[in-house]
Amino acid sequence: MIGKLFRLDVLIVLLLLLSVLSMFVGVVELHPRDIFSLSEDQQSILLNSRLPRTVSIIIAGASLAVCGLIMQQLTRNKFVSPTTAGTMDWAQLGILIGLVFFPGVSMLGRLAFASILAVAGTLLFMQIINRIKFKDIIFVPLIGLMLGGVVSSISTFIALRTNMLQAISGWMHGSFSTLVAGKYEILYISIPLFILALLYANQFTVAGMGEDFSKNLGLNYQKVLYIGLFITAVITALVVVSVGMLPFLGLIVPNVVSVFRGDHLRSTIFLTAVLGAVFVMICDVIGRVVIYPYEISVGLTIAIIGGFVFLFLIFRRAGANA
Amino acid sequence: MIKVRDIAKSYGEKKVVDDVSLSIEKGKITSLIGPNGAGKSTVISMVTRLLDKDSGEVLIEGDNIFTQPNNALAKRISILKQTNHLELKITVRELVSFGRYPYSKGRLKDEDHRIIDEAIEYMELGELEDRYIDELSGGQRQRAYIAMTIVQDTEYIFLDEPLNNLDMKHSVQIMQILRRLVREKGKTIIIVIHDINFASCYSDNIIALKNGRVAVSGTKHEVIKKNILEEIYEMEINIQCIFGHNICIYFDDQAGDVTEDDAQEYAQTVAHEQLRA
Repeated sequence: MIGKLFRLDVLIVLLLLLSVLSMFVGVVELHPRDIFSLSEDQQSILLNSRLPRTVSIIIAGASLAVCGLIMQQLTRNKFVSPTTAGTMDWAQLGILIGLVFFPGVSMLGRLAFASILAVAGTLLFMQIINRIKFKDIIFVPLIGLMLGGVVSSISTFIALRTNMLQAISGWMHGSFSTLVAGKYEILYISIPLFILALLYANQFTVAGMGEDFSKNLGLNYQKVLYIGLFITAVITALVVVSVGMLPFLGLIVPNVVSVFRGDHLRSTIFLTAVLGAVFVMICDVIGRVVIYPYEISVGLTIAIIGGFVFLFLIFRRAGANA
Repeated sequence: MIKVRDIAKSYGEKKVVDDVSLSIEKGKITSLIGPNGAGKSTVISMVTRLLDKDSGEVLIEGDNIFTQPNNALAKRISILKQTNHLELKITVRELVSFGRYPYSKGRLKDEDHRIIDEAIEYMELGELEDRYIDELSGGQRQRAYIAMTIVQDTEYIFLDEPLNNLDMKHSVQIMQILRRLVREKGKTIIIVIHDINFASCYSDNIIALKNGRVAVSGTKHEVIKKNILEEIYEMEINIQCIFGHNICIYFDDQAGDVTEDDAQEYAQTVAHEQLRA
């Protein structure tokens, strides 16, 4: 049943419907039927707050889900994602270092710091998992989580010493509420990165079959691996800088797609992107209405809903094996 | 022809491959045999440039393998190592299509699809093409991998223990497929194999390795000999010619002892069965 509905066209229609819904849910009341008779205030809300928010959700959700997909493919491990590899924690540390050493650093400056540390941190993670002999499917992400935990506590320590705790808590829980016109545009940088990922989709799939397999087919394995890690680290940094942490998104969405559509990137990358956007959109709208007129941060709703989805996946797999 | 001259590989102090030289004849099946730890897989990995060698050289029709562009080489030699890729959900057709990568870089043209269809047909995988490889039996999966190398269309095909985990029926099936590839498509096939009887029945040439060195190399009739094999495997091996094949019998003599009682019991069972029929 779900499998039949799990098609790109169905998901795109769903995303469009949800986007319309997202445009009209919020503290200031707007009705779709008033669309042609909006007051100036309402117009401003729609164009400067609701539209940027909706676009941000689509870009962040789609690109972070694709990041997870690429990381899982390249590490050949279904449990590796920007969260479980510690990439997000590195990005956060990068922002903090930027802020401490260059107070008042611009958004692009913060992105640069976050990207550099995210790339370095992901490389370190890859080095560690290449060195260990015991490549258990659970052990690898546990190392990433531990590494992320260490990095995160370094961030907290620096923040405590520099009175920045307030600032970093903003990135701890991702939220789209601050992304108004003038602040969200930075997310557009992920579009060329996404296109780059599409161009390399076939290479990533081959690389996912292993180093020997890739060499046999004449693929430059190391190069593809580094390009993939660079794309994922920069996109993750971008999302953390603008939205904040969106935990486990890159883990859940690709795994759901894999259950229904397998693991060839050519056939799953768009589905993953659209499903990521749909998922974040649902979580954000729920966050906006559940304690209306206040908001729950989207990071929290993603964690809760995503947790249930993930449990469902695990039990479903266990059921299939029994 | 592939010529290998004095290749060597050490891990730390230990020399795993010690100045191995060999040549691989075109249009033949060459088997690499030898005890565990003889260096068979290491040799095959170095000859196919998967592993860097410490010294020596590998020439394919006179061209040095390590100076050839990777992509050009991928059209001349293919290597299947013993990995099952069960962590990825890839369909048989997708796996076979990977073989076109050196030619199409993943953007398949009509020509590529035609070649893929042919290989799937040739390997009798038509009904399985949309199944995921983790749902297949060992023999079916091995056939899918071989279809991939057919699609890769290389003159030389290296297989590292292609019969691992296969039962007798599927082992025979795979070896017959390899013979067919040599006969009908003129391929040159090099396999690492443990079962010396499979090597004896299905290959043309045999190279035996021991302790990282070539112990003996030649046609199968030159290598499958009592004194040669006994020295390599350090156990008693008797060779019988059965239906034109040299078959090695290498079970220890205890197991071969049949007591008087056993023989009587067997005779009775046979008599009973004949009565019932």
